[in-house]
Amino acid sequence: MSVADTAMPSRAPSISAPTMIWAAAIAIVAILYLVPSVAPWAVKYPMSAVIPVADWISVLMAWLKTNFTWLTRGITDIFNVPLQWAINILAKGWKFGYGPDAVVFPRLSWIGVCAAFAIAGYAFGGWRLASVAAACMIYIALFGQWESAMLTLALIAISVPLCIVIGAALGVLAFRKPWIDRVIIEPMLDLMQTMPTFAYLIPMLLLFGNSPVSGMLATAVFAMPPMVRATILALKRVPHEIDDFGEMVGCTPRQKLLRVLLPSGRATMMIGVNQVIMLALNMVIISSMIGAGGLGYDVLLALRALKIGQGMEAGLAIVALAIVLDRLSQAAVRPRPALHTLDLNFVQRNPMLTLAVGLLIVTTALSLFVPAFAAVPAAIKVSTAPWWKAAVDWINIHFFDAIEAFRTFLLLYILNPIRDFLVAFPWLGMVLLVGLAAYRLSGVRLAILVVLMTSFCAVTGLWEKSMATLYLCGVSAIIAAFFGIALGIAASRNDRFAAFLTPVLDTLQTLPSFCFIIPVVMLFRVGDVTAMIATILFAIVPAIRYTNHGIRQIPENLIEAATVSGCTPRQMFWRVQLPLALPEIMLGINQTVLLALSMIIICAMIGTRDLGQEVFIALAKADAGRGLTAGFAIAFIGIVSDRLLRASTDRLQSRLGLV
Amino acid sequence: MNDQAPMRDDTLPVQDDRPIKLLCKDVWKVFGDGAKQFMAKHNGTPTAEEMSNAKMVGAVRHASLEVRRGENFIVMGLSGSGKSTLVRCLSRLIEPTWGTIEFDGIDLLKASPEALIEIRRHRMGMVFQHFALLPHLTVLENIAFPLSVQGVERKAREARARKVIELVGLGGREQFYPRELSGGQQQRVGIARSLAVEPEIWFLDEPFSALDPLIRREMQSELLRLQSVLKKTIVFITHDFDEAIRLADRVAIMKDGQIIQIGTPEELVLHPATDYVAEFTRDVQRAKVMSAARLMRPQLSSAEYGGTVKATDKISSFAAHIVGVRKNFLVTTAEGKPVGEVAPDDVIDLLADRDQLREARA
Repeated sequence: MSVADTAMPSRAPSISAPTMIWAAAIAIVAILYLVPSVAPWAVKYPMSAVIPVADWISVLMAWLKTNFTWLTRGITDIFNVPLQWAINILAKGWKFGYGPDAVVFPRLSWIGVCAAFAIAGYAFGGWRLASVAAACMIYIALFGQWESAMLTLALIAISVPLCIVIGAALGVLAFRKPWIDRVIIEPMLDLMQTMPTFAYLIPMLLLFGNSPVSGMLATAVFAMPPMVRATILALKRVPHEIDDFGEMVGCTPRQKLLRVLLPSGRATMMIGVNQVIMLALNMVIISSMIGAGGLGYDVLLALRALKIGQGMEAGLAIVALAIVLDRLSQAAVRPRPALHTLDLNFVQRNPMLTLAVGLLIVTTALSLFVPAFAAVPAAIKVSTAPWWKAAVDWINIHFFDAIEAFRTFLLLYILNPIRDFLVAFPWLGMVLLVGLAAYRLSGVRLAILVVLMTSFCAVTGLWEKSMATLYLCGVSAIIAAFFGIALGIAASRNDRFAAFLTPVLDTLQTLPSFCFIIPVVMLFRVGDVTAMIATILFAIVPAIRYTNHGIRQIPENLIEAATVSGCTPRQMFWRVQLPLALPEIMLGINQTVLLALSMIIICAMIGTRDLGQEVFIALAKADAGRGLTAGFAIAFIGIVSDRLLRASTDRLQSRLGLV
Repeated sequence: MNDQAPMRDDTLPVQDDRPIKLLCKDVWKVFGDGAKQFMAKHNGTPTAEEMSNAKMVGAVRHASLEVRRGENFIVMGLSGSGKSTLVRCLSRLIEPTWGTIEFDGIDLLKASPEALIEIRRHRMGMVFQHFALLPHLTVLENIAFPLSVQGVERKAREARARKVIELVGLGGREQFYPRELSGGQQQRVGIARSLAVEPEIWFLDEPFSALDPLIRREMQSELLRLQSVLKKTIVFITHDFDEAIRLADRVAIMKDGQIIQIGTPEELVLHPATDYVAEFTRDVQRAKVMSAARLMRPQLSSAEYGGTVKATDKISSFAAHIVGVRKNFLVTTAEGKPVGEVAPDDVIDLLADRDQLREARA
């Protein structure tokens, strides 16, 4: 971020006063940095002045825990019922009675579930989607991940509807009462979306214990923001006339909402549902740390034991599940040809649904008698773990020196110097520079916000860890943005390359963050380099997407005008296309930074030493104060960078007359 | 141009003893902080200067009109003239700042929310410019929707919906979704839907503006056909003057939030109140708006007439005939009582615009 900050003066209009202010600010910071003895308290935040926010939060949580046990217990018990049902149906089966007399009612047969997914694929998107769905599910079955995957699916199946209902209700509330939206919901959503995933786990762990229910609740809370946003957007986008129509036919307010406005905004809301499903999958994986179980737990165990093969297998199963859920939920929204026929009964109207349910019942009944229906027979199970291990061993034997040299080079000459520079950077200087940038970009209000948020990182005694996070996140984001923009430009100029890139990006975007860590760990082991590479892979997508889109959406007539004026291709690119696409590219970079931040935190699992590690340790110790304080610090870093980037995008856009 | 209080139709009072269905008196819609207090302070008649001083914007100013039962009343104005705001005030989709609106003698502005819902459910229908069909419902469900909101049970409301579907000529499309229909068909659904509750008053807000010109003409004819059967009280909004005079019994012309003239198409063409109105009427073929009564000589001179027309018949409807026969036509009242005659030369003069020349010379 400091690189961006110091570059600010050159971008500001060359009036003398602002330049002077910048020069003065930089001079002060430079003096503080070079001669720390001038004001040591401004360089390194004094331990004695640390505000014990963490302790306060711990006390509050302890109070909540002791006084509201009845409530948290009640909630756990209530949610446990549907959750156990889902888990029993999909993964475990029911067992009545004990010992040899127990009657077992089997779980859904894996053959039936695979068939049902394929049929859903066919119903929503034809043979192609059917084969994708079937292939993914069969992969999960044959590679021995069935039970874990079904456990994960059960958690999603319960948390997603919960999320949709509550999210839509909040969205309606925000739509109806704009002041609630402005004062409560909007800031809350911002915080929720920048809060690292781990930080959600801690309060859940404390309040609801180490159980699938707390994993499910963490998932529901984490995945909710897109639903709220999509609902607000959907309601705002309903054409005015439809609203008037609802009035004119004499709808009561309730009828108007439920029967006119919400159904009219269905398409937009379904986009929210798709995002909820993907976020839920991401979070369910991470919630395995607090006892949710499932695929995430398998990955976690494998990572801890550095069993690359097993980790990779479970990781690929997550990928398969992610692809199935994403493609199906996207295809489900698309309008399908209507039947145009009347007076059909339920079966005739829904032949696919009937077929799927029928197959599930038949195969599950068969599984009582034929073991192959109940569980995947060992004879057809395949394990790729040895192959993966062999592949990694081979690479390590043949390329160890090259990889190690690359790693060491990165650490010694790039990563460590930047880290040292930032960690030694005077905290007050950073606050000053960030505040000044915010003031110049937007005004006093933004300046106050970012100064308060940046100071929070210092006064809670987390400054050095915050800077470590900033360094790793910044380096990764800059590299991701650099390559992303380059790839985006290439994609914008070559349709075939763009067509090749689209499915790759789609897939990268669907993958839960966990999945990026495994292959990189295989090659680079644990540490900052691994974290950086995984983060770059995870965060690069928006930079590519937005750059490509930004260049392609430049109006044809502008390009024609430039051609007629005699621009060379080089001039066209540098002087027409790039400046006009810049606001859009900035939006992409903004998202890249936020994604990088969320990924860096997860990389705490592979041994980074920053705020993420702080949360991670707090999670292990169930220390709410420590974890949440670090969580807030991370969220604030995210919000500050988001606001600064957005403000500079706004300025660019207004300068280009785009808004 | 005349910016003051609107010209009323006092130029040529038309005999109309049908009861008043919708009465709108001194209605204002003013935007600005404290608009209501501002209007009260000026007793509901602020001048343009007072308004601009108080930073008030008048979307509708001092609008008065009455619509009689069974009348096709058209509000015509260009975009930004306040016609849409006015009709939304009439249906109370927008709360007027000032004035009274009476529907069948009920003060609409004092109606409670519950009473308003009842009135809208059973007595009002509205057709929208962009159709406002619900995308998730079939044609049949869309048309039955107003009835379903009222709680009419499924069989009854679908039977009623099927009846209106036949009426607008959409039979066979009941199970289509709006996105599968053309614009003209979608608006037929919108019309059918608004008719499903058998409204007494029918608001049409630029219903044909989003359609292609050819489809628009077809739909206008369709509307005239429907109205000849249904005899609803119609308030129709348009920005198209030709559409207005084609469909109207009477037209109100709006500009800058004010009604500047109300009259039959004939009155507008013959006696435009301002240059602004004249601007619209200039290119209108007068034979299309003028009735036989207007050209008639109140005498019965000929022994032999080439034909008989009613006093209310438009001249264009018999012009070709009378010019071909070259004999005077007898003009009668609607009941058949002879009241005068029309000469072919007068018709020719009118068609050739020679009568205007003569008037100008005189």
